[in-house]
Amino acid sequence: MNWYAIRAIYSFEMARTFRTLFQSILSPVISTSLYFIVFGSAIGSRMAEIDGVHYAAFIVPGLTMLSLLNESISNASFGIYMPRFSGTIYEVLSAPISWVEIVLGYVGAAASKSILLGSIILVTARLFVSYEVAHPLWMITFLVLTSVTFSLFGFIIGLWADGFEKLQLVPMLIVTPLTFLGGSFYSLKMLPPIWQKVTLFNPVVYLVSGFRWSFFGVSDVSVELSAAMTFVFMVLCLATARWLIRTGYRLKS
Amino acid sequence: MDPIIVASKVTKTYASGFQALKGVDLTIRRGEIFALLGPNGAGKTTLIGVVCGIVNPTSGTVVADGHDVIRDYRAARAKIGLVPQELSTDTFETVWGTVSFSRGLFGKPEDAAYVEKVLRDLSLWEKRHDKIMTLSGGMKRRVLIAKALSHEPRILFLDEPTAGVDVELRRDMWKMVRSLRETGVTVILTTHYIEEAEEMADRIGVINKGEIVLVEEKAALMQKLGKKQLTLVLQRPLASLPASLSPYALELSSDKSRLVFTFQSEAERAQIAGLLRALAELGIDFRDLQTSESSLEEIFVSLVRSDA
Ligand SMILES: Nc1ncnc2c1ncn2[C@@H]1O[C@H](COP(=O)(O)OP(=O)(O)OP(=O)(O)O)[C@@H](O)[C@H]1O
Ligand SMILES: [Mg+2]
Repeated sequence: MNWYAIRAIYSFEMARTFRTLFQSILSPVISTSLYFIVFGSAIGSRMAEIDGVHYAAFIVPGLTMLSLLNESISNASFGIYMPRFSGTIYEVLSAPISWVEIVLGYVGAAASKSILLGSIILVTARLFVSYEVAHPLWMITFLVLTSVTFSLFGFIIGLWADGFEKLQLVPMLIVTPLTFLGGSFYSLKMLPPIWQKVTLFNPVVYLVSGFRWSFFGVSDVSVELSAAMTFVFMVLCLATARWLIRTGYRLKS
Repeated sequence: MDPIIVASKVTKTYASGFQALKGVDLTIRRGEIFALLGPNGAGKTTLIGVVCGIVNPTSGTVVADGHDVIRDYRAARAKIGLVPQELSTDTFETVWGTVSFSRGLFGKPEDAAYVEKVLRDLSLWEKRHDKIMTLSGGMKRRVLIAKALSHEPRILFLDEPTAGVDVELRRDMWKMVRSLRETGVTVILTTHYIEEAEEMADRIGVINKGEIVLVEEKAALMQKLGKKQLTLVLQRPLASLPASLSPYALELSSDKSRLVFTFQSEAERAQIAGLLRALAELGIDFRDLQTSESSLEEIFVSLVRSDA
């Protein structure tokens, strides 16, 4: 294992994050605040409690997940796409490192940023609504697991995309719909029975449900299932990233 | 001979179906400066890419300092530095940051003193805190060289290091390459400037259309090529060469109207004055004279042409 290489990539990527810290932290914080003002205060005051949780508080975990997913994907995909685009990837390809170092460096940095961001959003949310975290350890587990998994997913998109449009395409066409339909703003119990079943094919449902359970102790699906599904998705992403790097798909000619 | 890189039967067919390398066998000796020449599209960059892990070869093997570049890539790549042909650099990073990054990437612990030395050698020290995007093209080229040297490689690939570089920087680079060789680093460079190969290289290889067409010691090659001729066009044809001219390497053309003097060394060149005097004494007049010499460039062009 080449630890110096992991550190080099990680620090390089974190430096990029801190160079753009203002916009990379500010924009999600602003958009989350807007969600809270609109859905939490304005509309939420007219909504009934869900599972005994006030609506404004109910949407906190879902909204955090929404930002976490978007930011993980965009940050990680950009992180690996840029060197491919500019040609500086030649150095990574010619370095004495394997897929393990590459993934740990790039995905580790993207996930770190997401975790930082998720924490900031949770703190911001606390300014608008009061909530308590029932299971802090689980909360952190889901936060980390989700950040890592979706940074991996974004990394794969960044490896695969061969243009800036494609970089935006997957998040826009797949991830955003899945997050909005993944129970960020509602409980699955509010859906017609048939849609309750269909929705279970949406991986985001498990993330939101598990994350929400760690706050309020209520969930749509069991927390073990949530954790297991997230884990399975992470392993799938890991295997894909490994394959992409080892074969040099769209990296080497 | 102690080989440091051995390429055997390396082929590369790109996804487009184009065969860029057609069974390349090439051995680079430890500590030498090797110049790889060839026209555009000959496969120089592709061959370097195969050695450095940027291009997947279709078949064949490359061993670098005893390590197979695919099976044992960690050990092999740790010894290799690459300056790519394209000026691909980071933009927002500083010079110091990007060079330190390279060192880490290649698995070396931080060493500020060494990085400082590299930057000073390349006249980049004053620019160390500058963002790369604010540097000129020649400066960026130096940054790429500094990155390639950051991990103290034993083998250095320079893919057209002097393309678009001014005379002064080119001299600096030649100097740097020589001093690297003194520390035992093997240097493989590609270039389109024949005089660069003449000036720098110990050995010269020519690649054309994916095949190595010649590998030779520069000195031997120059000897072979460095043939010069003086042709004298005579006023009146000569029946035969007068005996008094026999000490000179003279030849009478078949139509008896020209004398051709072939010389290689400085000593032979010095004979020219004597030859002309002897001709005057014999009353042999000539109305025109021309000299020609074959250069590396000529041989290079003829090699590449005859192959077409
Ligand atoms: N990714 C690629 N896909 C398809 N063909 C390629 C690719 N890269 C290079 N080639 C082709 O392979 C051949 C060799 O290219 P290469 O870059 O190795 O040449 P070169 O000797 O370095 O040329 P130059 O002196 O112009 O740098 C060229 O005909 C080129 O068009
Ligand atoms: Mg080239």
